[in-house]
Amino acid sequence: MIEIKNLTHKYRLGNNQEIVAVKDLSLKILKGEFIVILGHNGSGKSTLAKHLNALLLPTEGKVLVNGMDTSDNNKLWQIRQQVGMVFQNPDNQLIATTVEEDVAFGPENLGIPPEKIRQRVDEALNVVGMSEFKTRAPHLLSGGQKQRVAIAGIIAMRPQYLVLDEPTAMLDPSGRQEVINTIRKLNKEEGLTIVHITHFMEEAVYADRVVVMEAGEIVLEGKPREVFSKVSVLKNLGLDVPPITELAYLLNKEMPEIPKDIMTIEEMVVALCP
Amino acid sequence: MLKDITIGQYIPGSSLIHQLDPRTKILAVIIYMTALFVINNIIGYYFILLFSLNIILLSRVPIRYYLKGLKPLLIIIVLTVALHIFMTPGTVIAEFGPLEITKEGVRQGVFMGTRLILLVTVTSVLTLTTTPIALTDGIERLLNPFKRIGVPAHELAMMMTIALRFIPTLIEETDKIMKAQMARGADFESGNIMQRAKALIPLLVPLFLGAFRRADELAMAMEARCYRGGENRTRMKQLKYTSLDAGTMFVTVIFLAFSIFTRFIS
Repeated sequence: MIEIKNLTHKYRLGNNQEIVAVKDLSLKILKGEFIVILGHNGSGKSTLAKHLNALLLPTEGKVLVNGMDTSDNNKLWQIRQQVGMVFQNPDNQLIATTVEEDVAFGPENLGIPPEKIRQRVDEALNVVGMSEFKTRAPHLLSGGQKQRVAIAGIIAMRPQYLVLDEPTAMLDPSGRQEVINTIRKLNKEEGLTIVHITHFMEEAVYADRVVVMEAGEIVLEGKPREVFSKVSVLKNLGLDVPPITELAYLLNKEMPEIPKDIMTIEEMVVALCP
Repeated sequence: MLKDITIGQYIPGSSLIHQLDPRTKILAVIIYMTALFVINNIIGYYFILLFSLNIILLSRVPIRYYLKGLKPLLIIIVLTVALHIFMTPGTVIAEFGPLEITKEGVRQGVFMGTRLILLVTVTSVLTLTTTPIALTDGIERLLNPFKRIGVPAHELAMMMTIALRFIPTLIEETDKIMKAQMARGADFESGNIMQRAKALIPLLVPLFLGAFRRADELAMAMEARCYRGGENRTRMKQLKYTSLDAGTMFVTVIFLAFSIFTRFIS
């Protein structure tokens, strides 16, 4: 479990000015959970993410990963092994000149014996469906493929938590779908805890829990259905709900028999033609 | 235009040379280069030409790749040969106005030309038959003993790996920025050298800014993947020193000895 207790993070600018990116935030991330953190640019969601594996340390408050305090320097590498992180730009997180060497980078840093690394790399590439690209150079892959390689690089370290900081923001729709499918598979089949940070509402549909952030604070939290049904609140925050949910919301105003919390086209079909 | 730049132009294969340990290949090339500069007479050149031809054939890399590697150096080679032919004092065999061709000059020119061509070609054998990653690995291992006197072997190898990884990415980015600036009327192709250099500023500034941003993000991603320098790090691919490598080293050393020996005959 990752426990965030009253976390505040301030960025110091020059001339004694401060920006409060995260304000007195508390959150518990349970094992095996798929949690989506939503918010638009500047809402503090990336800052929050970087606290989960001690890339940033709290100004106030505490972050505990399986009981280990992220500000404890002796636990730093243990925490980073357990909380893997995938970033937004797929180009800027691949280090090696071939796919398999890149996936091996994490395990190599952990000092795993060579034969075991080989095995982990093959397994990780298999899970994300990139085995056939093993010996390719990363710059020849599509965005979605690069991001899957980045995910494989994390899985090969055998973490318990996978934090993805806007992994789909720079991808085209098909690349986004590839990444989303991979994340869902990892959560369902491998039991990995997922913390997915995004500003695409439709990606939140698959989550167990959605957390909406604004100005460094949590403004909404709950099952996707509950969160999405608050269309007017989300609109006020400058976030869009998935189009089908918005349609349901508008229809509901005229025809109360249509539920407000529709999330997929199939549900809409059932609601319209019972 | 930018896409033509290839660094680490590895050609996959399974020849004897491909199978060698990168360390062997690097050391052999260094020894070869020493021999190349030791040799100073015709017998030596015959000998080294034969030896080099054998290596090239053994690599089973199509000759056109070697020729491609020589092309950018053509001007330098021609210039060197010409300078030697015309500038060496000695017995004059032909005259063109103020220019004199001497016997010694021709000899010296041909030798220097051969030397340069062989130097480039045999170094290409190394880069054509070794993956960049194996090459950096080899360099890291070779430098390892010098760690004690403060040579940052691991850091150097890591820097080379990252450079190799990012060259294509940065080339792509340069291309993109160039097109974007050209779409807004930037002119990179006309004017004198000063004007052209000035025209590059709107290209270089965003390129450098981008590179710094990339470096920052990459450092963060590396830290997130538990990178903490070379200490306690293992490698997935282990280098193996085989009898083939031992044999190659033996032949190379004999070759060096023979090259030195040729200085004393004739």
